[in-house]
Amino acid sequence: MFATILIIVVSAIFSQNFILTKFLGICPFLGVSKRTSSAFSMGIAVTLVMLLATLVTYPLYTYVMVPLKIEYLEIIFFIFIIAALVQMLEKVIGKISPSLYQAMGIYLPLITTNCAILGVAELVLVNDLSGIVSGLQGGMNLGFALLYALAAGIGFTFSMVLMGGVRERIEKLPVAKCMKGFPITMVAASLMAMAFYVFTLIKF
Amino acid sequence: MNKYGKITYDGLITNNASFKLVLGTCAALGMSSSAINGLGMGLSVTIVLLLSNVLISLLRKVIPATVRIPAFVVIIATLVTILRMALDKFIPDLYESMGVFLPLIVVNCLILGRAEAFASKQPVLDSALDGVASGLGFTFALTVMGIIRELLGAGSFFGLKLWEFSIGFFSNSAGAFFVYGICIALFVFITDKVEKTFRKKKSQLLRVDASAPLEAPAESAEPAKEAE
Repeated sequence: MFATILIIVVSAIFSQNFILTKFLGICPFLGVSKRTSSAFSMGIAVTLVMLLATLVTYPLYTYVMVPLKIEYLEIIFFIFIIAALVQMLEKVIGKISPSLYQAMGIYLPLITTNCAILGVAELVLVNDLSGIVSGLQGGMNLGFALLYALAAGIGFTFSMVLMGGVRERIEKLPVAKCMKGFPITMVAASLMAMAFYVFTLIKF
Repeated sequence: MNKYGKITYDGLITNNASFKLVLGTCAALGMSSSAINGLGMGLSVTIVLLLSNVLISLLRKVIPATVRIPAFVVIIATLVTILRMALDKFIPDLYESMGVFLPLIVVNCLILGRAEAFASKQPVLDSALDGVASGLGFTFALTVMGIIRELLGAGSFFGLKLWEFSIGFFSNSAGAFFVYGICIALFVFITDKVEKTFRKKKSQLLRVDASAPLEAPAESAEPAKEAE
């Protein structure tokens, strides 16, 4: 049990990192990673929405949509649930903590069309754990789905912050004209992905 | 260049979704591991984009401005659901290899972007052409990246084995980022060079026969683009 949890967490954060290995959530990775602080806020916001979205979509899919045989509506349902959750979260954070709202409020609307959120909601819809971490045995349940969402969010935040640091440095460097902007960021991401590739060699 | 030529040129080159606007990056990185995957993903997006542009353009006078984004999302999500069923039935291989990226076409910024920026304001025929042009621009980008990564990473071309030599770097995720970055840089570099040469030739032409009235309206698209 403990080993399973550990494997899910380690693989979601490092070896199956959402940005650098699975290519989910690249838009904020390129768009909001100019500063470490904004990258961190965005990461936390994404993690929060990921957890909430999984908390709603997984039970909805398993206990409502599968028995009613309306699985084909999952895309439409999920995108609306995510949009509604983001709106609600924005309102709640604005009421509870205006300073937090100042820090991450502007990132919330961007999250609705973030592949990473819908990606998590879709990826956890498997019958056994080998669907999310290859080679793992055992049945899937809500607890594992939430754990996976949390770990994926942490991994997302981790690589966002790392990229923020790298880009703060790149800005000060003389870069060839045609490589300025996205190309050099992509090459930097490639080097980071290479570093993360080492984690995939870990055998559990 | 007439209006339709300009829409096509913009979609394919000036506003190329992957290389100029850097939209739909998740799909571009995730599905460019082989040429056939890139082509399949690109064509799937093109179909959804064409249909969504046509539908949104037809409904543009009916949808109230305040709820247009949710309305667009419903249309796109419905189309993706239909596409998913069709692929599952008719091309199961592609369905398998697309995996999670197939439902994620819904949140592909390119589709919502074209709906918001073009189809919600323009007539049906223009929107359809814009959808096809932008989609094919995206398909071109994904296929080029797929060909490069497949040639270097697996030594094959559209699944056809060419040589035994292969570099593992290009078939894993680091290679995807690297090839994408280099492709953006090359594409911008080449299109800038080509456009500069054309502009130089055109200004020479205009100087030579400045009195020719027939040439001027045909070339009017070019200065407008410069102004942008």
